[in-house]
Formats: sequence, C-alpha cells, structure tokens
Amino acid sequence: RETSNTAGGGTGHALPVRTPRFSSCFGVVMGTSVKYSSRGPALIPRMKSKHRIYYITLFSVVLLGLIATGMFQFWPHSIESSAEWTVDRRSVHDAPLTLAVACTPALICALNLLLQVYIYPLQRFVDDVGVPISSTGLSREYNDLLSAISDSDFYTDDVTRACLFVPSIDVLNQNSLRIRETAQALATLPRWDKGMNHLLFNMLPGGPPDYNTALDVPRDRALLAGGGFSTWTYRQGYDVSIPVYSPLSDEVDLPERQPGPRRYFILSSQTAIHREYRVELERLKEENGEALLLLDKCSNLSQDMASARKRCYKAINMSLLTVLGARLGQATLSDVLQAGCVPVIMADSYILPFSEVLDWKRASVVIPEEKLPEMYMILKSIPPRQVEEMQRQARWFWEAYFRSMRAIGLTTLQIINDRIYPYAACTYEHWNNPPVVKWSSVNSPLFLPLIPPRSPGFTAVVLTYDRVESLFRVITEIAKVPSLAKLLVVWNNQNKSPPEESLWPKIAVPLKVVRTKENKLSNRFFPFDEIETEAVLAIDDDIIMLTSDELQFGYEVWREFPDRLVGYPGRLHLWDHEMGKWKYESEWTNEVSMVLTGAAFYHKYFNYLYTYKMPGDIKNWVDAHMNCEDIAMNFLVANITGKAPIKVTPRKKFKCPECTAIDGLSLDQTHMVERSECINKFASVFGTMPLKVVEHRADPVLYKDDFPEKLKSFPNIGSL
Amino acid sequence: MQAKKRYLLVSAGACALLLAYAWTLRVAELHTRLPQGPVLPAPPPLRSYLEGAEHEEDGPLLLHQHTSPRERRDVHRNMYKSRRCRMETCFDFSRCRHAFRVYVHPPARGEATSEGYRKVLAAIEESRYRTRDPAEACLFVLGVDTLDRDRLSPQYVPDAGGRIRALPLWNEGRNHLVFNLYSGTWPDYAEDLGFDAGHAMLAKASADAGNFRPGFDVSIPLFPREHPLKGGGRGRLTTNDVPPARRYLLVFKGKRYLTGIGSETRNALHHVHNGDDVILLTTCRHGKDWEKHKDGRCDRDNEEYGKFDYQELLHNSTFCLVPRGRRLGSFRFLEALQAACIPVLLSNGWELPFSEVIDWNKAAIIGDERLLLQIPSITRSVGADRILALRQQTQLLWDSYFSSVSKIVLTTLEIIQDRIHTHMSRSKLMWNTLPGGLYALPQFSTEPTLFPFYYGLLGIAPQQGFTAVIQAVTSLQSPLQPILKLIIAVAKSKFCAQIVVLWNCDKASPHQSKWPSVPVPFTVVEGRRKTMSGRFFPHDVIRTDAVLSLDEDSVLSTNEVDFAFIVWRSFPERVVGYPARSHYWDAGKERWGYTSKWTNEYSMVLTGAAFYHRYGTPVHTHYLPAGLLAMVDELANCEDILMNFLVSAVTKLPPIKVTQKKQYKETMMQQGSKSSRWADPDHFAQRQSCTNAFTDWFGFMPLVRSQLRLDPVLFKDQVSILRKKYRDIERL
Repeated sequence: RETSNTAGGGTGHALPVRTPRFSSCFGVVMGTSVKYSSRGPALIPRMKSKHRIYYITLFSVVLLGLIATGMFQFWPHSIESSAEWTVDRRSVHDAPLTLAVACTPALICALNLLLQVYIYPLQRFVDDVGVPISSTGLSREYNDLLSAISDSDFYTDDVTRACLFVPSIDVLNQNSLRIRETAQALATLPRWDKGMNHLLFNMLPGGPPDYNTALDVPRDRALLAGGGFSTWTYRQGYDVSIPVYSPLSDEVDLPERQPGPRRYFILSSQTAIHREYRVELERLKEENGEALLLLDKCSNLSQDMASARKRCYKAINMSLLTVLGARLGQATLSDVLQAGCVPVIMADSYILPFSEVLDWKRASVVIPEEKLPEMYMILKSIPPRQVEEMQRQARWFWEAYFRSMRAIGLTTLQIINDRIYPYAACTYEHWNNPPVVKWSSVNSPLFLPLIPPRSPGFTAVVLTYDRVESLFRVITEIAKVPSLAKLLVVWNNQNKSPPEESLWPKIAVPLKVVRTKENKLSNRFFPFDEIETEAVLAIDDDIIMLTSDELQFGYEVWREFPDRLVGYPGRLHLWDHEMGKWKYESEWTNEVSMVLTGAAFYHKYFNYLYTYKMPGDIKNWVDAHMNCEDIAMNFLVANITGKAPIKVTPRKKFKCPECTAIDGLSLDQTHMVERSECINKFASVFGTMPLKVVEHRADPVLYKDDFPEKLKSFPNIGSL
Repeated sequence: MQAKKRYLLVSAGACALLLAYAWTLRVAELHTRLPQGPVLPAPPPLRSYLEGAEHEEDGPLLLHQHTSPRERRDVHRNMYKSRRCRMETCFDFSRCRHAFRVYVHPPARGEATSEGYRKVLAAIEESRYRTRDPAEACLFVLGVDTLDRDRLSPQYVPDAGGRIRALPLWNEGRNHLVFNLYSGTWPDYAEDLGFDAGHAMLAKASADAGNFRPGFDVSIPLFPREHPLKGGGRGRLTTNDVPPARRYLLVFKGKRYLTGIGSETRNALHHVHNGDDVILLTTCRHGKDWEKHKDGRCDRDNEEYGKFDYQELLHNSTFCLVPRGRRLGSFRFLEALQAACIPVLLSNGWELPFSEVIDWNKAAIIGDERLLLQIPSITRSVGADRILALRQQTQLLWDSYFSSVSKIVLTTLEIIQDRIHTHMSRSKLMWNTLPGGLYALPQFSTEPTLFPFYYGLLGIAPQQGFTAVIQAVTSLQSPLQPILKLIIAVAKSKFCAQIVVLWNCDKASPHQSKWPSVPVPFTVVEGRRKTMSGRFFPHDVIRTDAVLSLDEDSVLSTNEVDFAFIVWRSFPERVVGYPARSHYWDAGKERWGYTSKWTNEYSMVLTGAAFYHRYGTPVHTHYLPAGLLAMVDELANCEDILMNFLVSAVTKLPPIKVTQKKQYKETMMQQGSKSSRWADPDHFAQRQSCTNAFTDWFGFMPLVRSQLRLDPVLFKDQVSILRKKYRDIERL
C-alpha cells in the first residue's frame, strides 16, 4: 500500500491498481469513432424522414456501443488485493527517528511552511504487448521510501494542496528500466506537466560502457534525487545528491565502536576497481605492507550477496577506506560510514551525498584521482586526533542520513523544503553536529566580540518592597556613578503606594517607578520597556556599601564581557560527596561560580531570556519560594553562554550577606539549605550542571599597586 | 441510387455493430484473463533494487569493459572545456605541488589600470602568496585590467583579448584567475567578457548561476571603486540591542530603470512600500534622457524618493532589500552588510558571493523575486532571536571577508587554495564562525577541535597541561643563572606537561647534566633560525594546547604560573600574561605611540612570560608575510608586539593581564641588564616604530584596551593567608 488514503480500517489497504494501456490501443479506438461520425452527418440531409429516424437509431446504437466499449476499456477493472502489494513495513518503524522534526520551528507551522508531498497511487505500467517497463517492478527499497514519506509530516493525500509529487514508478536502478517506456509512463501521470514539481529517486544511474552520471530517462524539469552525480550533471540548487543505499546495512549489525586506530590503516573493499588502479594499490601495499588491506572478489563463493557480505564483515577492522569505481556513487560509501571508517574519496567531480547540507570535510578525505600514488603519504600526515573526530562524524552521518531508505528520503525532502523556505531552514549545526555535540555545545546568542561604547551607560533596576529610607540612600549613592543613564525602581508592594514624587531624591538622570501587579521576585528580571540601555545593573534596595568607583568599574568590566554576569559578591556550588548532591557555599573560598544579583551588571537580553525562555518550572519555583532568583539567573546565563560569571573587586562586608533577602528574610542555616535545594532543583531541570568554576576576580589594573592613588582611575575600591 | 446507398449504409451500420460487439467480447475476455494472466502475476515479496540488473561490482565482464581511469580523465579533459571547465579538467595541479604561489603578469608599460584593479593587484602583491618567479607559480593573475568589461564604460580596456592571448604564459588560460566586476552592457547585460577566457577561472561579481562553473569560478561581491585596500570600515553594529528592532522594518532606495533589463522587481516595489515601516523608494532619474522614457509613476516615486535619506534608512532598519539591478548583484549588498542591516535578497539566479564557503542563510534572507508580495510578511515573521543572530553574522562576514579589497582578494585565493589541497581545506564551520576562514589556517589543522575558537561550539574544553617554551640566548655558565631557577619553578607547577628550551644561543647547547632534573619531559631544541621570530615557530615537540612562552631571565613563582594557567583555560583564545604595555594615539605626531609606563589601561602583554594557545605559533609563521618577520629578526625586537597585534586582530579582544609579584618588572630589568635588549636606548624607539609599521601592514590598529587585571579571588583580602590558595603572589 502506499498512499495511505485508505483510512478505511477493516481490510484496510485495498487500493485500485489500474492497468492503462497507453500508446497503440488507445489510438485505434479513437480512430474508429472519428471515422464513423464524420461520414454519418454528410448523408443524413438527403434521406427521407422515416429513414432518417432509422438511421439515427442505428447510429445511436453504434455510438452507444462504442462508448460502452470505451467505458469498459478504461474502467478500473482489475482490483488487486492489498496483501500482495503491502510489503513488510517493519524496517520503517524499527528505524530510529533520524531527522528531527524539531527542526521545523513553530514559525513553519504558523505560516504553513511545510512542503506538501503527494504520492501517486501505485500503478503497474506495461507496454502494448504486456511487458512491464521495469524488470524488477517496485523494489523493496522504493516501497520503503514511499511508505516513509507517506508516514511523514510532509505527506498529503490532497493532490490540490501538494507542492511536490512523487511518482510511484520505481527508477532507483536504471539498469532494470526500459528507458523510453519509462519516460512515456512518467508522461502519463496526471500532473506531470513536463515534470514540474516532480521528484524522482535514482541511485544507480547510467550504464555501461560510459556510465552516465545521471538518470538517462528523459525527465524534463523533474527534480532528481540521484546517487552518483558529477559536477556536470548535477543542477545545483535543484537536484539533490543522495547516497547509494546499501542493502547490507540492514542485514549487518555493526554497533558503534570507539574511534581510534584499528588493525588496518587503509582498506579497499571494492572489487570493481579498474586494473590500472588495482596495480597502483598493489604497489602501495608492497611499499607499506600490513597497513593496507586490499579485498577482491571471493571467487569460491557463488552468490553475489554472500561475497559482498563477506567483504563487509572484514571491513570492521580498518580505519580508512578508498572509494574508486566506474560509477561515482558507490554503496560502499554507506558501508564505510557504518563501520565508522573515514571514507577516502578518490572520484573526481563526484558530488558527495547531501553535500548541500553536510560538511564532508569533517568526515572524509577527498583526494584527486591523480594523486593516488601519494595517497598513503597524505593519509599518514593526518594527525590521529583528527582521524578520530572524522570517524565519529562519519558514523553520525550514517546513523542520521544513510541508515535506511527512510532516512535518505526524508533528508531529501528536508533539503528541498529548506530551499523553498530558506529563511526557516535548518542550520549547519543541526545537520552536522552529532547529538553528543548538540547536547554539550553552546551557541552563545551574543557571539560577536563587541566591546560596547561607554556612552549609553547603564540602567539601574532597584527592586524594593517598602524600605523607603534605605532605597533613597541607594538611589543617592548610585546617582553618583558617571555612567548611570537611568534609574528604574520596581515597586513590588501592592498594598502600599510608592512615596510622592516630591519626596524622592533629586538626581541628574531620569528616575522611573514601575508598580508590579504581584509581589514576585521574578519581577526584577522583567524586560521593562523603560530599560533602553544594553547594560542593566540589578541592585537591591539595601546595597549602600558599594562606592561609585566600584560601580563604575563594574560597568567597565561588563563592557569587556557583555555576555557575562558581572557582580560583586561571589558564591560557589560544591559537590557534597556524603549527601551525593550539590551544596551552596558562601564562605571565603578561592573559587567562584555565581555572582549574586543583589548587585550585578548583565546584558538586558538575559531579562528577555529569564522571563520568556527559562526552562521548566524554575520561574514558578522562584516565585513560590521567594528565593533563588539570582541562582536561576546564574544557571541561565552559564547554560546559554558556557561561561563563568565575573566577580569584581574584593570582598567586603555586606550588610545582608545574602543580599537577596527581601524584608530581611533570614540569613541563617535554613536559608543556606534552601539555596542548596535550589541548586539541586535547577540542575535537574537543566539536566546538567551548567555553572562554571573560576578562580579569578577582576580588579583595576593598578589595584593595590605601589602607585599614586590620585593617578589611578578607580582609587576608591575595596575600602570596607 | 437511393436504395444502393441505403443498403450500403445499413451494412456499414451492421459492420459497426459487429465491431462494437467484438470489442466488448475482447474486453470481457481481457477482464477474465487478467487476474491469472501473465500481465499481472501475483507479486512475490519485493526484491532489492540491486537485483534484476547487472551487479556492477561483480560483473566480470565489466571489469574490462569500462574505460581506464586515465583514459576517462583524458576524455573528460577534451570534453569539458571552456564553459564546462572544472578543476580536474582545466587546471594543472602539477604546478601546485609545493606551495600555493601567485604570479602577477606585469602590466604593460603606460597601461591605464583602474583604481579597483590596482587595489586587487596590490592586495596580491602584499600577500604571502606572491611570487616573482612564474616557474614556481601555481596561479597566474592578469596585469590587464579586466574588472570592467562593459563596452560603454570609460574604464573599458579595448583589445584586452588580444593582449591576453599575446601573453607567453597564457596557455589558453590554464591556471589563470580573471577578476571581473562588470560584464555585458545595455540593454540585455548578458555576461559577456568581450574576450575568450578559455580555461581561466573567473572571480566574478554578479555571477549568474546558469553560467557559473561550480567549484571552478568564484563569485565575488561587487565593490565600489573607493573600497579601501586594507583595514576597511568596521561593521556598524556596536551594541546588541534587544529586542533588536529598529525604526524601520525593511528599506530600499535605488534606481528604477526605464529601459533595458533589470527593473521588473524594482518596478513592483511600490506595491509593498507602505510609507511607515516598509520604505521602498525608487527614482527614475538616471542617465541623461530619462524624461523621454518616463512613465506614469515616475513623478510620484521621485517625490517620495527625495523625502528620505539613504544613510538614515540604512542604519535604522532591521532589513534591507537588495533587489537585482542591471546585473544580479548590486552595491546595496555590501552597504547593507556593513550597516548590520540584514539583507533581503531578491535576485533569482545570483550565485551569492563566496557561496562555495559562506552559509548565507545565517546572515541574510534569501527571497524569491516572483514572491515579492510575501516579503513583508516573511520579514515580520523572523523572531527576535533570529534577528539578533543574523545581525551579528552580517558583521562577522563583513569583517572577515568583505571590508576591504584585500580581504575579498585573499578570500578568493584561499578558496582556490582549498580546492587544490583538498585534504587540507577548511570546513564550513571554520568559514562561518569566528574568527573567519582567513584566520583559521588549514596549515595548522583542519580539525576544528584543535583550534581555540570552537571549544564552545563543539562542547569541549582545552587540555589540562601546558608546555613551557623557554627561549635561551645566553650560554649556561653558573648554576645560579635565572634560567635554572625558572625551570625548577615552572616544573613544580602541577599543570606543567613538558618543558622545551629553545636554544637560540650561538654557542652549542650544554650537556644534559647541566640542566636541572625535572619530573616532566625536558627537551632542548636548537632554534632553526636563531632569531627573534624563531621563538614562535610551530615546533612539533609542543604537544599541549597551552604554551607558556618564557624569556630566560623571567622570574616567576609556581603559584603565579598555576594561577595564570587556570585563567588561560577560561580564555584560551587570548594571550594571558603578566607585565603589560599600552599603545596610544599621539595626536601631535599623528602616529601611534608605545608606552611601558604604568597606566590604567593596557593593550599588550609581554610574551617574555605569557600563556597562549598553540595555534598562535602557526598563525604567526604562516599568516604574517616574510617582510614583517624579517623586520623583527633584523631589529631583534618587537616580536611580542607582533604577537599581540596578531592575536588581537584574530580575536578582536584585548589580552589578559594577571597579577604578578610587584617587583617583577624591576627584577626583570636588572636581571637581564648585562645582555638584555631592554637596556638598549634604541630599544624603546624601535618598539615605537614597530607599532606603526605593524599597523600599516594590518591596515588598522587591531589592539584593544582593557582596564582590568585578573587576581585570585581572595587576593589581598582581609582573611587568613591560610585560606588562600595562591599565597606566594601576595608575599613580597
């Protein structure tokens, strides 16, 4: 079955299989009808009326007969039972999901930017003498491919909505096709229209002696997903280069192995290498001995499949492999990747499979054919560490894109989809990074090394509840900092209004008060529209001990590290071996992994991330516990940038050591326990411990140096 | 007559009836026969696609049937010429066996060369690939100006074809690279060079994908005459504003052509213009007689056009439309890129600049001319995170490949070099992430994990240990010499993996027994060139990612080394050192100044004691031209300044100074006073002029200032010394 428009349940997959006889038959029938009708009308006027009725009746009968005949001829008159056409589909479902659907972001769905693919119902094409156009008919692989597509999100059964059409005519192997007849068969497809928006899959193109590198079947404008394209036949940005599927990969189970050196250094497993090359390889083997392994046909085995399999089992032991041959595309490539070997590709002008999106340079070695004699030297010059990385990458390519017909088919569709909607395309990282790397890598959203100009200054955001007196002192102190651009007071008390305007301290920069709807700690990280500068200073309403020099210096440090949290009091997380969990530490330690946001500079982008992109229920946890918003922020920033925060200036006695306590929440033991709990909770939500430990803090260049204080930019630092 | 006719007709009718009956019968017969007939046999379980056809790999006949690879290559060479050229058919690899060298044909005397082409040639002249000997050249560049091949242009060089063919080394264009910005002319602007480029590669702007020879030609951006040779304007993005919205969503301001091709899309732009956040302005004013051809919209368009300032639009818009003009590429493209205005490309069939290596989806929105009306909704649907990333990527690409003629030319050469040494070429990762392909040298490695730049992207960390490389210039005489103390102090560090002494002294290196015994591998390497720049030679003995470069007279404690290494692990791409220096702009003398005074800022750290990534040495040796290295050797000075210039140019970040024992500077000055170059009075003046010479070569001042120093967390804190990990640093 293949088109899944059967939905009918019960017997299910019954599908009409039509057998149209194109060409000659068709022509004869039409010819007859024309002949008769053209002679009829010419005679009628000269006849008497009674005869005329007779003749009309006669002709009506004849015409009706003809119509009936025609109807009969083209009525679907042979219905095959589904069982014969439904081949086992297990492979489709057993294969792991290789192409993450996750790549189709919500944007795509919103704009309906998903390619809609329609598959023609299965038909069987024969010529007028009843010989099928293909010697194999529908192959197992093509059947797998079609069922994979029909199970995917790309599939539609509505021909009018479809953007891409996949014929159910199997052209995977050109050698089993009758070329002219196949072209005729394609042309009979109802929506063919010179192949517009049609996608053909072909793996073995061309034939002896010249081995064309693209399917020889005339295909007009149809897209070709072909194995073994050369640069001359590949229409860049139109065709898709696909691998030649190796049926062996289904039968042979090669578990993933640790990359590293193996018994043989180079292995050549192809048997159809031209004698000229074989001689060259033999010579290389003589020179370098055991490192090379050349495999030839097993002459004592009669069956093709068996010999192929035998080669493959041996293939487990090598680390590199060469690919040469008459056809550019070789199923061997797939075997090599499966074995976790680095393919050495010596096939000039070959367009590597999926080269549009896969970065083969990280998984293979490409050597011009002319350099075959130097191959050993070139391969030996590659450092072992690089070979290991390539092996890892090669195996990942196989797992994701070569493993099954399903993987090959869906990758092809995804590539076409990306071309049609390039602005929503999958990224390089998505295609090329193995899951392990995807998991551990960081793609900092602020990756450009910018040192922002000093002039915009920073916005201080003071979170307050009702400690007005302390708040006013903080405001007066911060107002002395030269780079302060704006002061924003977040009034978190719903029961009490902020003091009248006239009571606030008079400062040189704009001061705004924002009243919140709920008393939540997360409010301090809300991306208020009032924050216009990149730099934000989060500060509690009781931090009055920081001098203006210290704050200004903090801002200068932030400018050099705009993607980090730059804060004053530093804290540490530790692994408690006894309890087997994380512990929070605020003692005098030599290390720092967090800075408290009771006084910290950070990029305003992190406000946006904290409010809208915080993973899991961390935000709710923070608001419910009225604690740990700073730890959450440290987790968030470290997770997305992979970098540690920066603690500035020496430690000093803060009035409230934790600096997060609102309304004097406590600084005793329970508090510490709660903070430890936060770390454990957040680590489990993030699925990892993103915090990075460092042993440095930032001081002004001349801090504590024997140098006149008045010449220092920031003299007043570190005073208690 | 009548009866006869009637008879005939009746029989004809009867015939027809019979025929019809026969038909029905046949169909019925067919119907009944079908299920068990030979046409549709009960399908057996499906077979593999490889079966039922010749199995290529094992067909014994085939082994001898298909042509020999050598023959096939020859056939290809004859078949795929000129317009179908590929590297393997039109390029002579044997010329490039050794190194990649470029030879420029000397321009004929008195030949008028356009400013643009002069810059192209100058860029090659100054690069490390230039050669004066055609015999060792792998690639040839024409002396004849081929940039402008528009016959109507004043820059057009007539009879270029004749002159090119007359070149003795032309060889049908084999191994030649032809630069071209404009080809074809009014009205159809067909890509016509006006001469036969033969087997030569084209580095061409506005390349049409239809004529482009993939993997052979190089698509370059269209750059204006006044594009700087070196350095080039910085990208205009200074802050990463979030949300990254600007005043306008999408802007365009440009000409609309009333005659000739190239205006279909521009003519339709007014449908999308909304006067609010989508500002698409066209003018009909171009050429002399535009008024003759003007259409109904011209007056209205021209009026709107005058209302907006282009620069203002450019810098206040999130997206910039780049529709095709006369040719596929337009100046708008580079302008948008520099302004961090995300280009929205509307130019079907344009082979984008350096498309072979650059992933444009990361920096631009590639639209379809046929779907112009969808453009506003597409741009509106791009999320804030994506805009932030796209915008930063425009700057990355601008700064890496486009900001100067030199970068454009070098990128072209590097792409070609990568094709020649296929097994030593950069992956797309290296081309599309910081610091860009020009700084990620494949001579070092092609494996991204070995570079310091991709640790985060690949989720890995630098190795644990470091290699101390000590430069020895005085012979070993007394057992009290500072170098011995230094070796012992460094070897005590638990991160020290090996020690290498670079013996740059004229006397022979001392016997093994004279060196102190240390618990780590200890190697003495005879400097290949006993020169200043030799200290940064990429020696194979260095196995660790981190290198600690030391002068023989440096004084360091184990604590200081440990701490600096821990810091370096957080900043592996930068130089982490102890004594710092600064540069400043001397407005009076209009040149750069160099100072060793204690200041509140610094921009260099001395490499007499500094950590850097192993990658620093190959980039020093391979990236810098021989001229600069020779200058350093001649002066026996400035090698550390050059290193700082280089690393800052690559990272665009300042070095990092860590805390040191206060007397360090003075000690160093005294210790080395006998032979040290620091005592030389010329020394300082030399360093001053070095700074200026390096700036000239780079074309800009790469150094970046920093105001901070990294100290241990508890440095000088009022807490028991026993709590502190790095106690020695505080002790006097």
